[in-house]
Amino acid sequence: MREPGRRAREEASPGARRERARLVSNRRSRYWSVARTVAWRNLHLAMRSPALLLPSLVFPLFFYMAFAGGLSTVGGLPGFDYYNYDAFQFVFVLLQSAAFGGVFIGFSIGADFDSGFTRRLMLAARDRSAVIAGYGIAAVVRAVLVWVVVFGIALATGMEVAGSGIDLVGLVGLALVVNVAAFFFAAGVMTRLRTLQAAPAMQLPLFMILMTAPIYVPRNLLEGWISSVAKVNPFTAIVEAGRSLMAGDPFHVLLAFAAAASGAALLVIFSWRGLRKAEAAG
Amino acid sequence: MEASNGIRAEGLVRQFKNVRAVDGIDLEVRPGEIYGFLGPNGAGKSTTVHMLTTLLPPTEGTATVGGYDILSDGAAVRDVIGVALQDAALDQLLTGREHMKLQGGLHGLSPEEIADGGDALLERVGLSEAADRRVGTYSGGMKRRLDLALALIHSPRLLFLDEPTTGLDVQSRAALWDEVSGLAHRDGVTVFLTTQYLEEADALADRVGIIHQGKLVAEGTPAALKAQIGRPTLEAVPADPSQVERLEAVLSRFGDPLPVTNGSAAVRLSDGTEELADVVRGLDGEGVKVADLQVHAPTLDDVFLAKTGRSLEGAREEADTGEHPTEQVESPA
Amino acid sequence: MTAAAGTPALRTQARYLAWRSVIRTIRQPIVIVPPLVFPLFLLAINASGLSAATNIPDFPTSSYLAFALAFPFMQGSIFATNTAGTNIAEDIGNGFFNRLALTPMSGPSLLVGQLTGVLLIGTLQAAAFLAAGLAAGASLESGVLGALVLFALSLSIAAAFGAIGLFAGLRTGSSEAVQGLFPLMFILLFLSSASLPRDLISSDWFRTVATINPVSYLIEGLRSLIIMGWDAEALALGFGVAAAIFVVALWAATRALRDRLVRT
Repeated sequence: MREPGRRAREEASPGARRERARLVSNRRSRYWSVARTVAWRNLHLAMRSPALLLPSLVFPLFFYMAFAGGLSTVGGLPGFDYYNYDAFQFVFVLLQSAAFGGVFIGFSIGADFDSGFTRRLMLAARDRSAVIAGYGIAAVVRAVLVWVVVFGIALATGMEVAGSGIDLVGLVGLALVVNVAAFFFAAGVMTRLRTLQAAPAMQLPLFMILMTAPIYVPRNLLEGWISSVAKVNPFTAIVEAGRSLMAGDPFHVLLAFAAAASGAALLVIFSWRGLRKAEAAG
Repeated sequence: MEASNGIRAEGLVRQFKNVRAVDGIDLEVRPGEIYGFLGPNGAGKSTTVHMLTTLLPPTEGTATVGGYDILSDGAAVRDVIGVALQDAALDQLLTGREHMKLQGGLHGLSPEEIADGGDALLERVGLSEAADRRVGTYSGGMKRRLDLALALIHSPRLLFLDEPTTGLDVQSRAALWDEVSGLAHRDGVTVFLTTQYLEEADALADRVGIIHQGKLVAEGTPAALKAQIGRPTLEAVPADPSQVERLEAVLSRFGDPLPVTNGSAAVRLSDGTEELADVVRGLDGEGVKVADLQVHAPTLDDVFLAKTGRSLEGAREEADTGEHPTEQVESPA
Repeated sequence: MTAAAGTPALRTQARYLAWRSVIRTIRQPIVIVPPLVFPLFLLAINASGLSAATNIPDFPTSSYLAFALAFPFMQGSIFATNTAGTNIAEDIGNGFFNRLALTPMSGPSLLVGQLTGVLLIGTLQAAAFLAAGLAAGASLESGVLGALVLFALSLSIAAAFGAIGLFAGLRTGSSEAVQGLFPLMFILLFLSSASLPRDLISSDWFRTVATINPVSYLIEGLRSLIIMGWDAEALALGFGVAAAIFVVALWAATRALRDRLVRT
């Protein structure tokens, strides 16, 4: 029988500690290797098939043009205190593309489930959450690419930016949190339903949340039922904070980040539990 | 044009971009007979059927179906033929009875004719009870049977069946064979049947045409075709697998070696079953023991092999793996 | 078995194909419900979210709901494009088209039959949108007769866009290709005078695009019956543009059908 404490002494020895550290480091590097591979595949597919990438690029541009161009007169209404209607719409379009960017990756996950590829990934990966992390990385990379293009075109067509560099970094940071939150929502839905046919289950809730925020006018100019809904819609706080950053007059930014980040945290749990269900289903 | 129940094709060719799917087919189908068009996937069977049923114009050549020219009298051809193509092509949202109503109505039948004739046909193919269910709930066999019934609603004189039993279980296949046989031999309907299953052609067809890479390579009754080959096949399995080469060497003294894949050896006997005793003596003399020894009468697969240099099974596998172009009936648009 | 009766009359063929189109429509809730619900939802959002726009000087009405009510009719027509196109593309893809081609069916009867299903959905939509608008407090300046004319214009637009869908379905034979049209049609819808009257659009390029865009005239025709009463010019342009789109699209669909129906 071993002496009590001998095992503890063995485990505490420098050699054992180095071995544990090595195992943890190996595991971490394998995790990121899987995540990188999944992300690379998704991005590679998107680059090779423009039909996969174009909607996420074209729709934000189109909405910006349609809203900023078609409704610019609204920017002159009494009570409309924002500095520039183009910038007003741009912020919404940026955050909308962040949200839908997360959902587009959900399409990829659903399509991969339908083809059986996700099952193959899950068999190969030791830690299956690395597969989800890979999709998430792809979502962020694709979103950033879209934002660069949309921002460039908006600037080239005359949009005025009143915020400083730091304000813009804050705006992009907010968009990133929204993108990550939307991605985990999409991942949670897709790991539970496991088919592309379930796409409306991702799109519809997001659409409802986005469309009941102050899209066309600030909250003070909203009337009717939408005014009440916008008041309680968390996305309203995010859009208003984003617009304040764009205007160089940050307002309730921390509140917005907190709302977005706590939403993202809850959705991480939602997606993690979805992953467990997908694993159990085989 | 004098009406008849026959089919005649002369020099039928169909070229798709860089694929010559049908390469000069001449054939004649007599009234009231069942003609089996046998060949692997990609051989040109469906393309031929599409041309004869006026769905696809030939690149060259001509044909008459039911006495009408397929090029100048297409509408008349369609009036006298019934067709069940490779895909059952049914509307999942309509019931069996509704399909009858649509098809019969488009063929100009009165509502009473459709009701009476449709009910009789549905009963004949065993779909009376399922007639008012949507086709989306039907099994594969039920869909094929409905397809056959639809092809008959307007009492055609000729029937084209493109691989009608592919994917069916044994029971459904046998039931369909009975029905087709009855149509021809009892009702006098001429049947042009394409198939990749040699046992189907063997069991059902009065005459068989074998198609390979767009050309008709053999034609005749199954018995006559097999008699052309004449010689039975001997197949043996060595008791010791390591002796398979010695077994092949012995057997090759008695006939032409045949390709086999499962550790056995086979030859087509030069002098028929009379050589069997010599074969056994030869094996004994060389000290080759066999675990199994079988003699097979010639099959249509042997006919195919003799005409094309490969077996129908092998050609089917190649087509499935894409080594030869799989037949696709392309739309010109 | 009874003997075949020869080629039936065109109207008989069209009747059977229309009957099939109607049954298929009724049996697919996914074809009926989203084209009803989605436009109404968007109407609710826009009517409330943009109600302040009525404060723009020279805005033609004090009710943005009345102004925006024409929008769902147009959206519904875009769904009609999708439905008509995907139905015929599916028939081509699964071989049912060949089944029809082997009957004496003529090309025109197929087009008429398919459009019948489109008109059925269009009728349901028009009734639903008008009822919803009236229930929410909008009123029709052109009265009861105006409601009938509104139906007629709405169905003309549905037929026009249905014909576009048929052309796309027959030309491509692919449901995916037809559905790929949907975003393009959506873009056409937004780059019009859907959200503001053309003369109140301050962005020059947008106003130019909206002026060239035929959808603007369709919306303005519908809208005139709701907020203005009887505007002969707007109605003439609305019906005229719908008829022109229908004729061109139907001609294109007929050509595509002729190429597709290559039977000898």
